[in-house]
Amino acid sequence: MELLERFAAGDQDAFESLFHQYQTEVFRWVLRIVRNRAVAEDLTVETFWRAYRAHARFDARRGNCAGWLRRIATNAALDHLRSAKREVPLPDDVPATGQTENAAEQSELRQKILAALQQISPKLRVAVLLALIEEQPYREIAEALGISEGAVKVRVFRGVRALRKELEKAGIRP
Amino acid sequence: MNEREVEAMNKLLKGSLTPVGDAQGPRDLWPAMQRKLSERTVRVPWWDWVLLAGASLMLWFFPGLLPALLYHL
Repeated sequence: MELLERFAAGDQDAFESLFHQYQTEVFRWVLRIVRNRAVAEDLTVETFWRAYRAHARFDARRGNCAGWLRRIATNAALDHLRSAKREVPLPDDVPATGQTENAAEQSELRQKILAALQQISPKLRVAVLLALIEEQPYREIAEALGISEGAVKVRVFRGVRALRKELEKAGIRP
Repeated sequence: MNEREVEAMNKLLKGSLTPVGDAQGPRDLWPAMQRKLSERTVRVPWWDWVLLAGASLMLWFFPGLLPALLYHL
């Protein structure tokens, strides 16, 4: 029996194999959304826990395990963003490279952008982060969010508009 | 807002935030996964304990309710 079929049948060894096969991919996907390694690690485990519980619903014949896991991971990350709304924004974020003489200004700008991102709704934030910063294909984002590509474009557009308002409040005009 | 403004925002974001998706992978998370699996398999939600305690108390004080309880199960 194929690995995916064994997983769908509830085989623990198959689950462990899938975990090792996909943990890095799931981790990187979640990291793109939460931009914090520790949180991404926790959410990777949570994603596989949810997948383990839902193994019977996985359609092994379609075989798109990565897509299925990305969708679960996105939901887990969205749940986290909703519950962590009032926490300090994106604390582990990586500074942009290629900064020159005005590093302090760049750092301040970056902090303001992160704070502004924190203010927009998690759904819009995820779309903006994945599409504009991480440059993920719209098809993959749509699959992960369970919506159409057109709907992703709408969310990105609305996210940019909301972000622009927040940045203007902070005195930044893009 | 037009396409040009979206593009301007895109440029601002990319100039300030670095993509993190190609970062180094995580440590081996399988031990954490195993801990979670063993934790969750024995965990009973607190509400279930409340219901069980309530049902036990009801039966203790009103044993005549047992047939009705069995009927509804």
